[in-house]
Amino acid sequence: MKKRALATLLALVLVMSLAFTGCSSSDGKKSDGPIKVGVVNNPPSESGYREANVKDMEAVFSKANGYELKTAYSLKNDEQLQAAQGFITEGVDYLLISAAETTGWDEVLKKAKEAGIKVYLFDRMINVDESLYEAAVVSDMAKEGETAVNWLLGQKLDVYNVIHIQGAMGSDAQIGRTGALDAQFASGKMNKVVQQTATWDEAEAKKIVGSVINSGEDFNVIYAENDGMAKGAVAALDENGITHGTNGKVIVMGFDCNKWALRELLSGAWNYDGQCSPFQAQIISDLIKSGKAPSSKIIINEEKGFDAKDLKQSDIDTYGLGE
Amino acid sequence: MKQKFKNLFSGGLGQLTIPLIAILLLVIFNLIRDPSFFSIGIMHNNDGNVVLAGNLISIINGASELAILAMGMTLVTAACGGQDISVGAAAAIAGSVFVKVLKSTSEITGLTVVLAFLCACIVAMLFGAFNGTLVAIFKIQPMIATLILYTCGRSIAYWINGGATPTVSSPIITALGGFIPGIPVPTPVIIVLVAGIVLKLVFRFTSLQLFTQSVGINGSAAHLNGINEKFIKMLSFVILGVCVAIAGSIGVSRLGLINHETLLIDIEMDTILAVAIGGNSLGGGKFKISGSIIGAYVIQMLTITLYAMKVSSTDVKAYKAIVIVLLVVIGSPVVKKKVDKLMMRIRKSKDRNTVKGAQS
Repeated sequence: MKKRALATLLALVLVMSLAFTGCSSSDGKKSDGPIKVGVVNNPPSESGYREANVKDMEAVFSKANGYELKTAYSLKNDEQLQAAQGFITEGVDYLLISAAETTGWDEVLKKAKEAGIKVYLFDRMINVDESLYEAAVVSDMAKEGETAVNWLLGQKLDVYNVIHIQGAMGSDAQIGRTGALDAQFASGKMNKVVQQTATWDEAEAKKIVGSVINSGEDFNVIYAENDGMAKGAVAALDENGITHGTNGKVIVMGFDCNKWALRELLSGAWNYDGQCSPFQAQIISDLIKSGKAPSSKIIINEEKGFDAKDLKQSDIDTYGLGE
Repeated sequence: MKQKFKNLFSGGLGQLTIPLIAILLLVIFNLIRDPSFFSIGIMHNNDGNVVLAGNLISIINGASELAILAMGMTLVTAACGGQDISVGAAAAIAGSVFVKVLKSTSEITGLTVVLAFLCACIVAMLFGAFNGTLVAIFKIQPMIATLILYTCGRSIAYWINGGATPTVSSPIITALGGFIPGIPVPTPVIIVLVAGIVLKLVFRFTSLQLFTQSVGINGSAAHLNGINEKFIKMLSFVILGVCVAIAGSIGVSRLGLINHETLLIDIEMDTILAVAIGGNSLGGGKFKISGSIIGAYVIQMLTITLYAMKVSSTDVKAYKAIVIVLLVVIGSPVVKKKVDKLMMRIRKSKDRNTVKGAQS
């Protein structure tokens, strides 16, 4: 009984505190006031991707653009759920969610619908009936893989001996980015030297490439499913005196477009970096301002792939993540 | 000379017998399997430097962090009769501090790198002193005492850089983790060499080795003889702290970034193993640092041999375990006794034969 009272009290305090922070940031005009947007996201410290994502949200949903932004960051699903609940109680107009986990959101989203709050998902999908949200703005990881593999085919190498370093098995990014390359292995156009997961870890990627070098097998392409693993792979090449990049023996490919990775491209040490765009805010803002229901429930974020040969410093400034 | 040669065969190498035999077996095995295994190539890497490359270089280079940690671990083992299982976590902290300091300076120069390394050193020594205090003053079992830092170390490292994995790119860092322009030998190898020489000099000009051994063999007897037992134990942990800072900084420089979750992960176990393969008693007392260093190279040579046999990096651990079980069993007191007995019998029968021969 006591526990329950305590929990209620805590919840109340949370809601109040959220309400107060809301009040302090604006005068809270009812009509014709700013559009109230509540964003439930992962904390910026999670990754370079998230840092850029959070900054983008803050820039687009600014006061100048006619918004009143409230944010809550957590890596934990239950804390995110509580925050979303808080936003609903406060009465926001729109709820934007990048969920920590794909499950557990049914109740909260139903409440949001009852309260007339429109929900947009960004970056990550949630396992609920699609009537519960307006639209999901996400990346098409499979397309990212296809773009990268098409670029690789465009290099017209005599032979493709590929070291494929995969991300955490079962993640959206891994499945998407692996698919396109697997198709090439199956068709025989490219040879699989090794295909192994390094679970996004730089050191493990270095170990994998090092082991291939020690085994004496020949390879000329490294396809790493994120920037960090590409960096680890390149460290192994450097240690063994194998050249890489635009003038080297081995083609190096990464994903995510961190600024430091794009600088590697600019210096010619890497060849290709596929974008995984964290910039969904403008798309959602356009949808909100248009007032119309989106034509499709899933909106794919346009993404690029960068070739070291055509990369410019301005691209790094525009598309690079982190610092 | 003849006597020395004889000693070699009658176990005169003492505790180095097992690690040297292990290396010898691995070398022979590799030479039979693929005579070109030890070939060294001269390559030009991406920075245009002339560098040495090959499996042998991979072994010597790859074992650098392990060798440095094994030096410190041997001292702790000898003085305290227990092991520090927090070296990996402490290295993550030291590495994070290293990067944090580098990041907070506007430009990475030789001076800032030295400064960053000194900061990492101080922090690692403090954590070493923390472990040392628990062990020397509160008399907690080393494994339990260091379990604390083992558990929380990577969380502390997480706080230092706010959970991100910041990258540091600078020619100096690249040179530290890779090659110094103009020198074809990997820098970590040179660092191990320098560390080994420094330690050797310390042993030569101080009584550290003797004191450590006496504390390890019998603490109270050492105390009665005027050796400050607590200080020696504490000192061993602080020295290990320096080793941790060096290993952590090498690890960071190799990749050019700090990942607090995976930097030198699981290295504590390999380090203890290196000490054990080196023939040192894990119960403390007499020790040979050279044994532990050879132990570190045995472990790395095993790994690279398995890689060369096209064993994938995920499967390596299992195969490694089989060989290590063999090594440890061969080095165990029970087997040693049996072998000694056997040798004695052979020698006796030989003597008898020669005596018989003389009579007839």
